[in-house]
Amino acid sequence: MVKEIERAGIPVVHMCTVTPISMTVGANRIVPTIAIPHPLGNPALTLEEEKNIRRKLVSRALEALTTEVEDQTIFEV
Amino acid sequence: MSYRVVHYINQFFAQIGGEEMAHVAPELRDGFVGPGMALNTAWKGEVEIVKTIVCGDSYFAEHEKEATEQILAWVEAEKPDLFIAGPAFNAGRYGYACATICNAVQEKLGIRVLTGMYEENPGADLKNKVLMVATTNSAAGMRKAAPTMAALALKILKGEKLGACVEEGYMPNGIRVNFFEKERGAKRAVDMLVKKLNGQPFTTEYPMPSFDRVAPNKAIKDLSKATIALCTSGGIVPKGNPDHIESSSASHYGEYCIAGVDDLTAETYETAHGGYDPVYANADADRVLPVDILREFEKEGKIGKLHDYYYSTVGNGTSVANAKKFAAEYAQKLRNAGVHAVIMTST
Repeated sequence: MVKEIERAGIPVVHMCTVTPISMTVGANRIVPTIAIPHPLGNPALTLEEEKNIRRKLVSRALEALTTEVEDQTIFEV
Repeated sequence: MSYRVVHYINQFFAQIGGEEMAHVAPELRDGFVGPGMALNTAWKGEVEIVKTIVCGDSYFAEHEKEATEQILAWVEAEKPDLFIAGPAFNAGRYGYACATICNAVQEKLGIRVLTGMYEENPGADLKNKVLMVATTNSAAGMRKAAPTMAALALKILKGEKLGACVEEGYMPNGIRVNFFEKERGAKRAVDMLVKKLNGQPFTTEYPMPSFDRVAPNKAIKDLSKATIALCTSGGIVPKGNPDHIESSSASHYGEYCIAGVDDLTAETYETAHGGYDPVYANADADRVLPVDILREFEKEGKIGKLHDYYYSTVGNGTSVANAKKFAAEYAQKLRNAGVHAVIMTST
């Protein structure tokens, strides 16, 4: 799906936990996330701590979208 | 004395449980478990599964290094003649685990390996390195997959030369093997052409390599003026799943308005996805689709606008062809709406 969005001319960042699969499907901007059932959260933390993590991850995704890349790139958090 | 095999399966095929148990760490059991029985039966005593390793799919995906080390230690101690994983059919994490662990066993321990999965499984990316049987996309194909894998295993164990992939049932692995076709080339070509003209399915004998890569688009210059849209394969839908998106093998996607929505709550949103434990997403769907944070960034002026609509489907056994079709369609909608960039989340 990321490839089709990219093909339509829209830059896209893929946020997912299993980054090797993201590489396989051809995402160009990739941000690794927390866990499969809760990529952008962590139920073990308090709601506020969880939001902080999510804020950090989404900020990283926005950074990825403002960064020029030439090839598939993983933006470690 | 019979040949000795160690078999790797996931928590589902070991009947520990479904997604709610996908977090379980690797476990070593004696003898065969679950699908190992079909293999053992087919071997009629010539080959025996001595140990079965069971590991949760999410555990493997999230702790690849630890899981691999533990499994390698067990396999090394057992010194089997062959290591078999799966078959995984179209289960993405399971297929990835099967291919990855087979590759590690082969490279690190020098033990021969065999796995099986559907050709679109992400694990099949390793088909040139790991011998894998092509299966159907659901576990209903076990009756066909098990004898094919058992027969191939026996050939490997006996040191017999493997025939071509079309004869033996493994996925093309880039190694050419000569064999005699029953029909002449000209007849096969004409048969294929006639089928093609009649719109009937046919199988090419020389598939073109596919390098479907799309070059990255230019980065966003000014976030504060950009409209950002959210999309997900994690199945987040309004509570009650109004479009009835299937929990696996989704046949469509949903378009949902989030204008004025600041936070996804347990009362308003849920996941339709049947391929991961839904408890966390159902309690707070922002954990998969971060509407709350993007709304916050919008208010702060960090981004120009969060697009009023998000697009969602279930990426669980959904065919690549369907996923491609969904996204090609909604990407045009996003483009027409003037969206500047997309955040896609996956589980």
